[in-house]
Amino acid sequence: MAPEGSSGTALTVNGTPVHTSVDPETPLLYLLRNDLGLKGTRFGCGQGLCGACVVLVDGHPTPSCDLPLWAAAGRDVVTVEGLASEGCPNRVQRAVLDEQAGQCGYCLSGIVVAATALLRDTPEPTADDVRTALERHLCRCGTHHRIVRAVLAAATGPGQRHDDG
Amino acid sequence: MTTADPARSAADTLPPSLAANPRLSTWLDLSDTGHVLVRVGKVELGQGIWTALTQAAAEELGVDDSRVVVQPVSTAAGPAEGLTAGSLSVARSVAALRQVCAEVRALLIEVAAARLDADPAALVVRDGVVGTAAGDSAVSYWDLDADVLDRDARGPSWVRPAPAPADPPNPPRVDLPDKVLGRPRFLHDLHLPGQVWGRVVRPPVRAAHLSTVDTSLVGAHVIATVRQGDFLGVVAEREEVAIRAAAALADTAQWELPPNPAGTGDPAQPRRSAPADRIDVVNICDATAAVGVVTTVRATYTRPFLAHAAIGPSCAIARWAGSQLTVWSHSQGVYPLRAALAVVFGVPEQDVVVHHVEAAGSYGHNGADDAAFDAALLARAVPGRPVQVVWSRADELGSGPLGPAMAVDVEAGLDARGHVATWSVDVWSQGHVARPGYGGSHGLLGAAHRDRQVLPPSVDPPLAAGGGSVRNADPGYDFPARRVTGHRVVDTRVRTSSLRALGAFTNVFAIESLMDELSRRIGADPLEYRLAHLSDPRARAVLERAAELAGWRREQGGRDQAAADAGRGIAWARYKGTSGYCAVVADVEAVHEIRVTRLVIAADVGRIVSLDGVVNQLEGGAIQAASWTLLEQARLDGHRVTSTDWETYPILRFRAVPDVHVEVINRPDEPSVGAGEIAHGPTAAAIANAVRDALGVDVRDLPLTPERIVAALET
Repeated sequence: MAPEGSSGTALTVNGTPVHTSVDPETPLLYLLRNDLGLKGTRFGCGQGLCGACVVLVDGHPTPSCDLPLWAAAGRDVVTVEGLASEGCPNRVQRAVLDEQAGQCGYCLSGIVVAATALLRDTPEPTADDVRTALERHLCRCGTHHRIVRAVLAAATGPGQRHDDG
Repeated sequence: MTTADPARSAADTLPPSLAANPRLSTWLDLSDTGHVLVRVGKVELGQGIWTALTQAAAEELGVDDSRVVVQPVSTAAGPAEGLTAGSLSVARSVAALRQVCAEVRALLIEVAAARLDADPAALVVRDGVVGTAAGDSAVSYWDLDADVLDRDARGPSWVRPAPAPADPPNPPRVDLPDKVLGRPRFLHDLHLPGQVWGRVVRPPVRAAHLSTVDTSLVGAHVIATVRQGDFLGVVAEREEVAIRAAAALADTAQWELPPNPAGTGDPAQPRRSAPADRIDVVNICDATAAVGVVTTVRATYTRPFLAHAAIGPSCAIARWAGSQLTVWSHSQGVYPLRAALAVVFGVPEQDVVVHHVEAAGSYGHNGADDAAFDAALLARAVPGRPVQVVWSRADELGSGPLGPAMAVDVEAGLDARGHVATWSVDVWSQGHVARPGYGGSHGLLGAAHRDRQVLPPSVDPPLAAGGGSVRNADPGYDFPARRVTGHRVVDTRVRTSSLRALGAFTNVFAIESLMDELSRRIGADPLEYRLAHLSDPRARAVLERAAELAGWRREQGGRDQAAADAGRGIAWARYKGTSGYCAVVADVEAVHEIRVTRLVIAADVGRIVSLDGVVNQLEGGAIQAASWTLLEQARLDGHRVTSTDWETYPILRFRAVPDVHVEVINRPDEPSVGAGEIAHGPTAAAIANAVRDALGVDVRDLPLTPERIVAALET
């Protein structure tokens, strides 16, 4: 990590300050996956059209595949790895497991991140709210209903409050 | 130690995968105390096969699920089971593994009985511990001589797998926790020491030739630029650098384009004027039936080319060490891929190892094998270093094989009651298989580019394996006379290969659409009309159950209420004519566009291995089929695929996905078969039949877009 004031990009990832000298045009996704080893955020299209690479940027679900590092400078980034605390899955992740809401699972990281943000902002969503929040996330295996059920269950589950970033 | 066992009367008593790989130790390994390592040749595609295998092994061996560890598939170890395709993993691998585990359990009990000086019949197994019922003496599997596994399976005449439990098992997916927690699990996440990144620049259209390219503009941090024939690619220390360098190369590359294939007809249709191989499926004449025909009805049903459209693009890692090539791939067939790579690189097969690593859901022959070649060719430029290639979204949608466009002509001869007396089907389609090793070809896109060739036309699997173009073209009804003929169009204009369900999707759509049209001609209930032609009790059971669950009202054509713009349709099929049964009832609303509001499914896949696994596959299959039916079509401009992003190739999203209700009829005494491909055809037909019910219009061309429906209403 370079000191303050040197050239490069400074941001926070999962609560940890990061300073990088990687080309600022580099999409955030590659910093996360290849420099920081956070492989849970996945490449799907490179155009922000499928949701596989969604992370939270200052709390907002944001595709990382077409977000240049310079645009992430000074921001607070949370990836799927940052949702679990001390290895314990957050309530959305637990509910996805409980509902067996996956097949190949490639789309799940982005969906779990987006659903976590939804429940933070809308603690008691309707099924329609969940579908709308996930509308830009593509799933090819057809597990949509299980995912919606899981997010609704996470919202209403027992003792599942204030545990999400 | 025993070698080939003379007691085994004939290989045909063994499940096919076991007959081909009879050594028990090929499948099971007990060397890790407390664990059962299972090696199979079928790969996890996101379909949950590892969970089903874990469940079956645990049941037969009498150990807890958590002790069973399914090993990644590799050509370096384990049984060669060919492709993971055609919904055969449950039927083949699970059947083989059950027999292996049943025999191993019996062998271990024999050894334990000798050790404990007990009667084998008096011993029980509790989580891998063999002991007396009273529990006064016991020994664990892992304390016994593992050499008992070093022998060939003897078959069910010696020991049979355990009978099915009363309630179907429902184990959770073994692979899901990693995927939900974002742990590295996919091939895309594999990051080997010294790994670098490669990207490939594809020709803009098939059969284009690279004339010039300026490699001086690729920029810093590029380790190698590879140009061989029409193959062009880069290797870089950083992934985003490889992507940018590939884009820079693409900008300067000049291609000699083939003549525009003008005048070859609608690119969205199979080219009927092209040469075609004839496939005779069935031809049963019945003079009495033919004489009784008073009306003949003909119709043609079509679907366009479809993309696999996996969420994660094709990927591979390759590394050369001298002449030894190691490849990490998500291919559905690591053995055929190894053979193809050996051929195209001119190295002995034993110098090539292919390890399977999971990737995004795979629905057939996608770009996985191609990516393996790409990585291997690029890796030659950086000996000793692993090169990871990930395809772009545009290549994934535009360069991978497409599911073939199809046209199905159906003709029904009706008797005086309006019932079917004669039936004929002509299927027009390019071939459905171009996997490595099929049709005498390596099947690898990059190798064809390197060698300045065009891959040969696709072929079809043999009829005995369910066929390709003609899969499910022979209807499952009791028609007295029927003829089914395939016309496999020999055409290389569009690269085609296996996409989930192969020809069954379109053939079932065609057959079940015409059955619906025929029932409405005589004012019959579509369900009753089908049942009147159908004696197979398992087929009748899924149809009647789906109808009952959906609230089908036979006296009013299925609908439970007469809402304007709403419709209900039903359809069924037995996949491949020999596999799982599936019936679907679809409810639609047809206002500005078709909205599928609900799908109700009843299925019969024999003995259930994993109940939620079956339900998940049926739900997912139905939703994917609804997406194909409502939205999907690869767009072509001459040779060029122009639908290369998610805006030009849309798939069904969360808000448009229908509700899906599934019931699985358990048949504990019937063999277990796959569920992943059985819902596709019935879903398409049920939706189209519901549209007919709602609008009174026959839409026979997929997808059921608003334009298509308006056009059908106007004719």
